[in-house]
Amino acid sequence: MTPSSKRAFPFSAIVGQEEMKLALLIAAVDPSVGGVLVFGDRGTGKSTAVRSLAALLPPIRVVEGCPYNCDPTATALACERCSHGARPRGHAAPVPVVDLPLGATEDRVVGALDIERALAKGEKAFEPGMLARANRGFLYIDEVNLLEDHLVDLLIDVAASGENVVEREGLSVRHPARFVLVGSGNPEEGELRPQLLDRFGLCVEVKTPTDITERVRVVRRRDEFEREPSAFLSSWQAEEDQVRHRILAGRRRLGGTVVPDETLEKAARLCLRLGTDGLRAELTLTRAARACAALDGTKRVGESHLRRVATLALRHRLRRDPLDEVGSTTRIERALAEPLDA
Amino acid sequence: MSDRSGSEPSPWERAALAASLLAVDPIGCGGAVLRGTAGPARDRWLALVRELSPAGAPFRRIPPRIAADRLLGGLDLAATLRSGKRVAQQGLLAEAHEGFAVLAMAERVEPGVAAQIALAREAGEVALAREGVTARTPSRFALLALDEGIDDEAVAACLRDGLAFHLDLEGIRAAETGWRWHTAADVAEARARLPRVEADEAVIVALCETAAALGIGSHRAELLALRVARAAAALDGRSRVSTDDVVLAGRLVLAPRATAVVLPPDDAQAPEPDSPPEQAESRETTSDPMREESDEARPLDDVVLEAVRAAIPDGLLARLQALAARGAVSRGTGRSGDERRSTLRGRPAGTRAGRPGANGRLSVIDTLRAAAPWQRLRRPVTSQGDASLAFHPDDFRIRRFKARTETTTIFAVDASGSAALHRLAEAKGAVELLLAECYVRRDRVAVVAFRGQRAELLLPPTRSLARAKKGLAGLPGGGGTPLASALDLARQLADAVARRGGTASLVVLTDGQANVARDGSGGRQRAGDEARQAARLLRATGTRSVVIDTASRPQALARQLADDMGARYVPLPHAGARAISEVARLSS
Repeated sequence: MTPSSKRAFPFSAIVGQEEMKLALLIAAVDPSVGGVLVFGDRGTGKSTAVRSLAALLPPIRVVEGCPYNCDPTATALACERCSHGARPRGHAAPVPVVDLPLGATEDRVVGALDIERALAKGEKAFEPGMLARANRGFLYIDEVNLLEDHLVDLLIDVAASGENVVEREGLSVRHPARFVLVGSGNPEEGELRPQLLDRFGLCVEVKTPTDITERVRVVRRRDEFEREPSAFLSSWQAEEDQVRHRILAGRRRLGGTVVPDETLEKAARLCLRLGTDGLRAELTLTRAARACAALDGTKRVGESHLRRVATLALRHRLRRDPLDEVGSTTRIERALAEPLDA
Repeated sequence: MSDRSGSEPSPWERAALAASLLAVDPIGCGGAVLRGTAGPARDRWLALVRELSPAGAPFRRIPPRIAADRLLGGLDLAATLRSGKRVAQQGLLAEAHEGFAVLAMAERVEPGVAAQIALAREAGEVALAREGVTARTPSRFALLALDEGIDDEAVAACLRDGLAFHLDLEGIRAAETGWRWHTAADVAEARARLPRVEADEAVIVALCETAAALGIGSHRAELLALRVARAAAALDGRSRVSTDDVVLAGRLVLAPRATAVVLPPDDAQAPEPDSPPEQAESRETTSDPMREESDEARPLDDVVLEAVRAAIPDGLLARLQALAARGAVSRGTGRSGDERRSTLRGRPAGTRAGRPGANGRLSVIDTLRAAAPWQRLRRPVTSQGDASLAFHPDDFRIRRFKARTETTTIFAVDASGSAALHRLAEAKGAVELLLAECYVRRDRVAVVAFRGQRAELLLPPTRSLARAKKGLAGLPGGGGTPLASALDLARQLADAVARRGGTASLVVLTDGQANVARDGSGGRQRAGDEARQAARLLRATGTRSVVIDTASRPQALARQLADDMGARYVPLPHAGARAISEVARLSS
């Protein structure tokens, strides 16, 4: 599903919520970090932030007419049609940001037989679904914790394999489906399945600011935007351009940003101290720290970067201890209070 | 409108004013929650909103058990087959565009459906991705949620949060409901003026300060209050928001959302708990906060906060605190067991693709519906005249049901010390009373008794009254109080119940004086610490529980235990069987 036709609130005009903005920028710079989950109070601008990020993403090159947005230069990851035959022609297109609404049915998500062609011409043709359109882009699910179970299963599978396999209605289709999964929700309304939680690279907790001046600023900007959207958007144009450049520069620098052994060791030590499961925690932590350094324009990833992204990358990976009433965030902060040197 | 700042408005006057404001800016205000049973007041209010709205604005009623394709829209099968082209069908939300959606029994709406309605309302469009159709349809509507909830039943927070007005219509007499503030012409005029109404920075600051002081966590509250203040100014024929408007918006929008106790700024030490609320309110208005507009010395936020504080509904905070103490926010409501999807029994809850058989019952109509579009494709060219239908395994649709899970009430009975005999007898009586009733509700009861060295499972979960009587017959009393063991055992039992798909609720009868540790050794300090730890573990499982304090005078220890468990605390000295069973019934 294409994003709403309504114009989004500018990303740079979002008051506060620095952690959420950093997480989204990291995901924009390095999709391999593995998506962002934004959990928190109602009315804190969770979905606003995600939707406004879409407007900032630099365009990508896609194969003309390819329903899966294949990259003309990377045939290894392309769909069947694009990976065979002559070198395909490409053109610039906006990064797909696909909205998966609650109440979506499976056929719309994975793709299905094209009903119109079946009816009119008696043809058996595959109509790609949202997973196809989200390839190389973002898949956004608002209220992700309320998503139907069978869709959750499906997403868990596709998010891990990067491929959508359709075996239904006599069709047999497989196509690439690599996307950055972005979810938002309110944990009070339902828990997220642990397996799906694990698919998200970064996890943000948003809270309503308690500071009055910040609250006033939120309300004023929101009010200005609603009353005169055009004027508001043009007054934020310069800031928006700045963020866009930051993302672009970050992407360019990402390849040249190195993670020294010393930093890797510190990341491992932190994960050990917190008792996180598996390698995914360490991997996500270092990748996020690298993207963070690239955004800053630093060549070497240092401890400061690890510290900035530690809670984002690890808070949803700690084992739960029912006796410990301390939240995950506090546990990570405590672990960070001690030096990370050997 | 001129006498708005006169005497304190009656509940109906307040509701009627909300109707006028909503009619001026329905989309901006989001809508209203109307709490109260069906009756003339609610009907009159809905009729009033309709009269004040532009002619022809749609009013669509949404039943609480609406199917997704009627709510959001989907494929119009008949039209699609007829035309050979994909024809989409609008859902109720899209039909309510530029008008109102009336959600009946809003407190019973499932979380998923509530979220879909809330998302559509906020986005002003329906994002549809169902069965062959992907589309965005405009649906700018205001929501009128009819809330007939009892006690802690309430409209889902995601819906309530975005609606400016939370009105309580209970107790309004039909005779009062003739009154109205404005005519449709007044409202139309105000609607035209609304885009030109300006609000100062001070207005926003005052609303934010007030919201923060009242412990309101969502920015939406302030934004809604701002829009209501603008609508009020427009209704009054002004193009600038005045103090009156801000006070009004604060009272209508912020006061019902208060979650914190606000003390008056001057006498913070004495919050006058004795004076009845009506009296407090009327005194508030004789000092008339609304008339202090001319008083330049007082900052706007103080004026607003004070006025709003007076308008906080009676008992709201007490109710909220009770709820928070029980941690009941996310636990759903009422006494019915947690609901879960089942494919075999319970109340129908839609269909899904799947094979019929052991795991599901075939839904013939939905299977036919799924197969119909593909018939032309599937039918071999040679058999054009054949009227039979071709089915594929993908077409099968099975029914889904929502089963209410069984509730198991676990009693943990302190059988130690001198009061044991009496306490046990009453607990037994309570179990029997509950069982007699449970048979009707198909629920079960278990009993854990603790005395001496450890706790024991006296009665495993059962529905049988005879078995319970036998199991409870020969229990001796006396000895120490191994409270931690008892709570551990109760927790394991609750876990087992939950694993089998049931819902457990726990009733602990004790005075809270633990003196035997988990390993059977004595010592109050350690026994007490272990009991508190066990209580916190129980809390982490989210089991609904109640502690009945059976001591002759309420004990601090028992209350402490209840707090640790996240349980309700009920002191019942000399508790009788009937009283205990009543408490257990209400809390399970």
